[in-house]
Amino acid sequence: MRPARHRARAFDAAVCLLLLFMPFWMGAIGGYTELATRIIVMGLAAMSLNFLLGFTGVLSFGHAAYFGLGAYGAAMAIKYLDAGTLPAIGLGVVVATFAAMAIGALIVRRRGVYFAMVTIAFGQVFYFLAFRWNAVTGGDDGLTGWHRLPINFGFATLDIFGNDKAFYYFALAVFAVSVAAMAKLIDSPFGRSLTAIRENERRARFLGVPVEFHIWLSFVISCLFVSVAGALYALLNNFTDPRALRFDLSGNLVIMAVLGGMRFFWGPLIGAAIFVALQDYVSSHTENWMSVIGLVFVLVVRFFPRGVLGMLRGGAKA
Amino acid sequence: MTQVVLFNVFNGLIVGAFYALMALGLSLILNLSGVINFAHGGFLALGAYLAFTLIPFIGFWGALIVAPLLTAALGLVIERLLIRPLYGGDPLYGLLLTFGLAYIFEDATRFIWGAQSLPFQLPAFLTTSLSSQFFFVTGYRVFMIVIVVAAVGGLFAVLNYTRLGMRIRAGTRDLDTVSTLGVNVRVLRSLNFGIGIYMAGLAGVLAAGLLGLSPTIGANLIMPSFVAIIVGGLGSLLGTLLGGLMIGVASGLAAVYFPSATEAVIYVMMGLVLLIRPRGLLGEEGRVH
Repeated sequence: MRPARHRARAFDAAVCLLLLFMPFWMGAIGGYTELATRIIVMGLAAMSLNFLLGFTGVLSFGHAAYFGLGAYGAAMAIKYLDAGTLPAIGLGVVVATFAAMAIGALIVRRRGVYFAMVTIAFGQVFYFLAFRWNAVTGGDDGLTGWHRLPINFGFATLDIFGNDKAFYYFALAVFAVSVAAMAKLIDSPFGRSLTAIRENERRARFLGVPVEFHIWLSFVISCLFVSVAGALYALLNNFTDPRALRFDLSGNLVIMAVLGGMRFFWGPLIGAAIFVALQDYVSSHTENWMSVIGLVFVLVVRFFPRGVLGMLRGGAKA
Repeated sequence: MTQVVLFNVFNGLIVGAFYALMALGLSLILNLSGVINFAHGGFLALGAYLAFTLIPFIGFWGALIVAPLLTAALGLVIERLLIRPLYGGDPLYGLLLTFGLAYIFEDATRFIWGAQSLPFQLPAFLTTSLSSQFFFVTGYRVFMIVIVVAAVGGLFAVLNYTRLGMRIRAGTRDLDTVSTLGVNVRVLRSLNFGIGIYMAGLAGVLAAGLLGLSPTIGANLIMPSFVAIIVGGLGSLLGTLLGGLMIGVASGLAAVYFPSATEAVIYVMMGLVLLIRPRGLLGEEGRVH
């Protein structure tokens, strides 16, 4: 037990160090700072999804909706309300969380395939809303004409607009707070109950765990953090469009989690790093990047269903 | 005004018939094998494009027969190679695999036939209007209804009156028992998958005549098909049929009164159904969670 715990601590520390210096070593392996930022943003999204998928055992295939609501919420707050960066993120998160609370209440009794299908379908509502409501959302062309603003702390200003490394560290700070909060939750009695539901729902119910309420809460928490990632994503691009809400993003988030290892805390981050870097590389080298991404899905399912970390941990046995 | 409303209701019924055709195939596969076939839209697009390529050689009628069969054949190959190993496992993996296949299908269609939309040649007598007062009742629309009714009628006949259909229905309820009784479950699942994909291919050929060809034709139809299944009730094919027609008419009516809600209205309906009758219109109590 002890050595395992030490190894886990060492792994945590290694991940933190790598993230802390990513803008510096990224250049050495052919990347750039914006790519590094994209990796932690998508990593946060995939880890948030995994709170539900990996630690509660509930399959949502519609998380793009809440990612996109966070993105649109933040973008519209800056464009229409002249909000500062932090209030804008806050607004995006509040909007997405309320949507998740309402939709979560409708679907919380569904399980397995059915849950997946209902989440996919509900995800599309917001896509069409953004797509059709031209006057406010910019429709298919996306929401332009705004950009992220430097953050004024009173005693100092962080120029996240002009300096992309500054934005990386801002995003990393948000990432750190979110991830720490999720780690704390997973380690709490609430988190243990979620794992109990994942392992054996009926037994958890007999033990007095309010299963529906716990799944609902887990869904809402997961959507809350995915919308934080969405808001960061809009700030990163100084732009957002309906694709931030579309179902392909939901599928991509799920494959990131599975690719890295959905039974591991850091798995989705590793999956996101591989997926985002691959997508960046392939889409600049061939027009047929969709086939490559599709092939990744097929290969992961057939040969690495437990993900990178699952393979490293458990040897070759699948 | 009545003209416009009638036109949109009629249009909605036709679109709904598509959703139903597609959703029935999805539903068949889901009920027996527990796999959500996200690539269903890809198969639909393939059927449409195959028909486009075949028409110069064997004409529209030949393509209408051959293209869905070729699509189903490819479906059988993919089922055998990629999907069969996933049966009985976590539904997550079936969904992810077919999701990846959907990407590959869309890209392959674009690669082979190009990204621009292509014209789809119909026999002349199908494109004329049948009535001067109800201009929207073209021969093709009536023809489509006939084909869809025939296909759906054929499917229900197969399911209710043939040995294969009986086994599929029994397998949907309890596959282990069916297997114990000596039915080869693998073959059963393959055939069932093939029938589902055939329906997608047929829907593709019909859709091409109505909507024209573009690589995203399937992706645009898959979401409403999910909604049709949920509204109709999981596990009930009749429900799926009803669900498809209902959401078609609903979006047709929304197009008259709230044009910007044409797409969103079906999701609102789904929300209402889940709120008032969570198992869907004809879903059986306790059959699926």
